[in-house]
Amino acid sequence: MTTLNEDVKSGLPQGEASRRNVASRRRKGAIWRTIFLSATIFGLIALSLLIYNVANEVFGYVAIEYAVDPATVSDKPLDELSKDELVTVLQGNMRKNAFRTLENEKPMANRSDSEVYDLVIERVLKPQTLETWTLRDSWFNKAAIDAQVASDFPEAKLEFRSWISTSFLTTPMSSDPLRAGVRTALLGSLWMIAITILFAFPIGVGAAIYLEEYATDNRFNRIIQTNINNLAGVPSIIYGMLGLVIFVRTLEPITSGRIFGADSGNGRTIVAASLTMMLLILPIMIINGQEAIRAVPLSLRQASYGLGATKWQTIWHHVLPNALPGIFTGTILAISRAIGETAPLIVVGASTFIVTDPDGPFAKFTALPIQIYNWTSRPQPEFAHIAASAIVVLLVMLLSLNAIAVVLRNRFSKRG
Amino acid sequence: MDDKVSIGMDSRRITTSQRETTRPFSLKKQPRLGESIIQGFLLFCGVLSMFTTIGIVIVLGSESIAFFRQVSIVEFVTNTVWSPQIDEFGILPLLLSTLLTSTIAMFIALPTGLAAAIYLSEYASRRARSILKPVLEVLAGVPTVVYGYFALKFMTPLLKSVFGEANVNIYNMASAGLVMGIMIIPLVSSMSEDALSAVPRTLREGAYGLGATRLETAIKVVLPAGISGIIAAFVVAISRAVGETMIVAVAAGAKPTFTFNPFEAAETMTGHIARISGGDLSYASIDYNSIFAIGLTLFLMTLGLNMISRRLVRRFREVYE
Repeated sequence: MTTLNEDVKSGLPQGEASRRNVASRRRKGAIWRTIFLSATIFGLIALSLLIYNVANEVFGYVAIEYAVDPATVSDKPLDELSKDELVTVLQGNMRKNAFRTLENEKPMANRSDSEVYDLVIERVLKPQTLETWTLRDSWFNKAAIDAQVASDFPEAKLEFRSWISTSFLTTPMSSDPLRAGVRTALLGSLWMIAITILFAFPIGVGAAIYLEEYATDNRFNRIIQTNINNLAGVPSIIYGMLGLVIFVRTLEPITSGRIFGADSGNGRTIVAASLTMMLLILPIMIINGQEAIRAVPLSLRQASYGLGATKWQTIWHHVLPNALPGIFTGTILAISRAIGETAPLIVVGASTFIVTDPDGPFAKFTALPIQIYNWTSRPQPEFAHIAASAIVVLLVMLLSLNAIAVVLRNRFSKRG
Repeated sequence: MDDKVSIGMDSRRITTSQRETTRPFSLKKQPRLGESIIQGFLLFCGVLSMFTTIGIVIVLGSESIAFFRQVSIVEFVTNTVWSPQIDEFGILPLLLSTLLTSTIAMFIALPTGLAAAIYLSEYASRRARSILKPVLEVLAGVPTVVYGYFALKFMTPLLKSVFGEANVNIYNMASAGLVMGIMIIPLVSSMSEDALSAVPRTLREGAYGLGATRLETAIKVVLPAGISGIIAAFVVAISRAVGETMIVAVAAGAKPTFTFNPFEAAETMTGHIARISGGDLSYASIDYNSIFAIGLTLFLMTLGLNMISRRLVRRFREVYE
């Protein structure tokens, strides 16, 4: 053994120079390995910074000044009061005429608890934010904040506020950041996505089936395939311009709902946005669908043909059921893209200030990303807080969609 | 009795065989109406994408022609002022800021993305991959408007604290470009990793057998073998950066300015389209036509880049086996 080892050793380059050569090459390898690893970890750091930065704005102290001190209005905290007690508070603290106007608009008996509660806040307490702080400041500089509030805003109350809350989800848009919510934006996004899927799913799957099962390798079909690959690389704002001209302007009678008897004035409606989104996600859906169909083994098709099935019977009963998990996953990925997409919606003309819920496909609407864009662009710091909260809502939506995709994939692949 | 029955059976057999001789069973493909309708629908689905492309070309083309009737192409490509109020329509300031933000983004995305791809494909253990890959995927799934928020609320203050409050504008190309780079890292890393993983194992084994270190194998053997896919990834990344809208719309500024200083505010092509079309726009105005001329320029740029990428892959692909 020893002799063999020595034989091998003598065959290898020896001496100080070669040892130094090997050592330096190894050192270089180690250095670069660290560089490669840190490049990968850079992504992790960027993601955590992004999340931290959003969370930092979602929670924090707020200095609020009330027109009437909540403690003088009632001896119990307001949110523990019953509806009748709240109405009494309202009656007691408002001028009679103003109260009667409210009663005429909609009788107090018909208003829900939360509506009355909102009225008390809006008409009696009239809170105003004087200054807001981020989570980091609230956590580490509580003493400084207290001192600042005591000297600058002696009248104000310091409250720890979570900008994201159930009322943030359920109240419509408002120009006052304290009372603004994402209800209309959320509903707008959901309507838009639902209609997008309605159009995009059958067409996307149909095109994928055509390209994988029917298309022969000729010039025409190659052009279609190249074209789809090219479309996947077209910037989303170009789709927005296409939607603006085709769906909003040219097809205005349809997209405004005029020929269906639901006129909304112009074509800047949910349907127009959905159709634009459909064109945007179709290439992604088709490419993913093709991959899913391609993954179905050929033997399955041949067995089906062997039993005398026709082409469509084979596709419908054997190819599609097996490709479905892949198709679903691809669809969900495409939908997540559509939910976060902002630029085409701006061009197609989603409005930013909509206070009524969208009531159908021909309604004017706003969407979550549009709302985020709008709030981010405002210089006042309060809007950064609600922009961050809306981002949390959007990200939670996207994460749950992706979780559904993972669950679907696992369940179907176990069965298969 | 027995005879009669057999005769009866025989006669029946004869009649069936007679029927078969009159209408012989055909093995030819039968026309099936249902199948043809379905196939027709599927063909329509496939062809719809062609209509999309044709639609884009017609829409951008016709509105641009309306624009170029009023503004000469020469002015459009040489004027360094874009100011519709005083009838100055030169795309150069918009183009310059698009190129500047994209270049900054590429300085971040290309080296980082490629390094991450090399790590994931050549170094990472299965466990490390299972943690790091999903992180990059999440990063790729974050909507661009969120990155815009990140650029404005995090990157800009950071740049201000590093380079000085007075030197950095609130809206600036640098922060938009840097964040855009972060956004594009996952695209580069996943496409490049696919290219590297496609290189056969035997090549690596051969290099190790000759005494190469892991780094030397990765850089001198695997990387050259997968170079076509990597360059394709780079080109797609550039095209993505050029077409990116929300980050620049939020963070890069809302005024077309001809400047090479990345800390200045300057509107990009996409940012300008978003801002102009976001307002109440009269369809008859030259403002409206002008965004289509910009859109056409943008479309041709990205289309050209994507075609280059596809051609590169086809030309330089190394085929093993």
